[in-house]
Amino acid sequence: MFDIDKIRKDFPILNRTVNGKPLIYFDNAATSQTPQQVIDVIVEYYSNYNANIHRGVHTLSQEATDKYESARHTIQQHFNANKAHEIIFTSGTTHGINLVANGFEALLQQDDELIVSALEHHSNIVPWQMLCERTGASLKVIPMTEEGELQMDVFDALLSDKTKLVFVNHVSNALGTVNPIKTIIDKAHAFGAAVLIDGAQASPHIKVDVQELDVDFYVVSAHKMCGPTGVGALYGKETWLNKLPPYQGGGEMIAEVSFEKTTYADLPHKFEAGTPNICGGIAFAAALDYMNDIGYHAIASYEAELLDYATEKLAAIEGLRIYGTSKQKTAVISFNIGNIHPYDIGTIIDKLGIAVRTGHHCAQPIMEYYKIPGTVRVSFAFYNTQNEIDSFVEAVKRAAIMLA
Amino acid sequence: MTITEIQNEIIDEFSMFEDWMQRYEYMIDLGKSLPLIENQYKTEDNTIKGCQSKVWVHAEMKGSKVVFTADSDAIITKGIIAVLIRVFSNQTPKAIMDSDTNFIDQIGLKEHLSPTRANGLVSMIKQIKMYAIAYQTQVK
Repeated sequence: MFDIDKIRKDFPILNRTVNGKPLIYFDNAATSQTPQQVIDVIVEYYSNYNANIHRGVHTLSQEATDKYESARHTIQQHFNANKAHEIIFTSGTTHGINLVANGFEALLQQDDELIVSALEHHSNIVPWQMLCERTGASLKVIPMTEEGELQMDVFDALLSDKTKLVFVNHVSNALGTVNPIKTIIDKAHAFGAAVLIDGAQASPHIKVDVQELDVDFYVVSAHKMCGPTGVGALYGKETWLNKLPPYQGGGEMIAEVSFEKTTYADLPHKFEAGTPNICGGIAFAAALDYMNDIGYHAIASYEAELLDYATEKLAAIEGLRIYGTSKQKTAVISFNIGNIHPYDIGTIIDKLGIAVRTGHHCAQPIMEYYKIPGTVRVSFAFYNTQNEIDSFVEAVKRAAIMLA
Repeated sequence: MTITEIQNEIIDEFSMFEDWMQRYEYMIDLGKSLPLIENQYKTEDNTIKGCQSKVWVHAEMKGSKVVFTADSDAIITKGIIAVLIRVFSNQTPKAIMDSDTNFIDQIGLKEHLSPTRANGLVSMIKQIKMYAIAYQTQVK
């Protein structure tokens, strides 16, 4: 039973005021808020069993190691990975992408081709451009449509035996489009290409099963799904993770070190050099438990209601244009009103206690497509309400009058 | 008027407003009276980096004074730059270099000085002072 009042009580930050008004937090695609259950786990870690992991023989170290490895199992189960060592702890999605991009340097040749989509966040573009510069491989782009969907017929045409890797986000951060990743994965596999899916925006809204998707790499950030910042996970198929060389060298990731030759540790430690974000990893698992207790079905249907309600209210504002009108969307609305700069709207409504994102959302190619400097982006979470949307719509109307 | 006199005048004007709405409405009005940069000067060199909106500032010497013109595609940013130009335009390079910018706190725009704010107020002030330093070198 989805009880919104009970859920809101879990998030202490929702009680605060901003500029004298109750906070309305609609910037969830940038980072989600943290429930007390997760905050408690963080406090508990530093109060009770803070220790370095995997090496210590003392009790605290063993307790911390157990919790950290148990967190890995929770993440494994959540994404239905076949094996726990297919889950690599990272500092977040960007780290996960860079880890894979770095590893592919050893596997690419000059004529190889990589395919990216026009809907990507810069973090799923730039690491690959850097990889192309180092290897001489070339980058092909799946273009987008006016609705903010991928042109799948062009994707078909781009695929060839030269294609080695395809990387696409599951959900566009700027527009909220849910991309047809299952189709993309199957088609890429038919040409022997590996697929990395950036799941940063999908993972808070959609329950992902990496085995059902048959995806090769799936990357997420904890802080988008009620967890802390600075931690995330990379899922990689065991066969791929074994093929990739280590990303960073250091402690934790070695089997034996001598000045003549160092041998690397087995998965997952091969990719986890240095002391990790132990507390973050444990809190990430607590966040997944929290979200699974509420249930992804309940979350998705509640958020769909919020999206429909807000879309209808916003569309009624004169001169307002919504960017990204795909039928398959998460609870994200990107918009502009007439020629008003998104920055101006964001500044005014912040004065009314409302947090939204303005700008290009680290997705400049999308803004270039629409020939706009940016948008106002509202992104909902399951703890937002229709009342908040009403206040937000009134605030936007007020801003539009001031700025017209 | 000296830079300090103009700053005090602006502080007086802003002190009449009771809430942020009035202050922002006034800034939006000020933005509309901004001495606009000529299109030929909207170049990459004259673009101020670090702003979420586009901001261009152009400077030229007229006699012994620096005259600024500017533009932005965001109206609140335009208001902010209009306030700065009112303070710093038609002043000697030395006076601009020697001036302080404490008045920004006093007219309730301090929040725009935070580095997390993407409007680049800090960058605008820096650019204005850089122009002054460049012209001061020429004067010598």
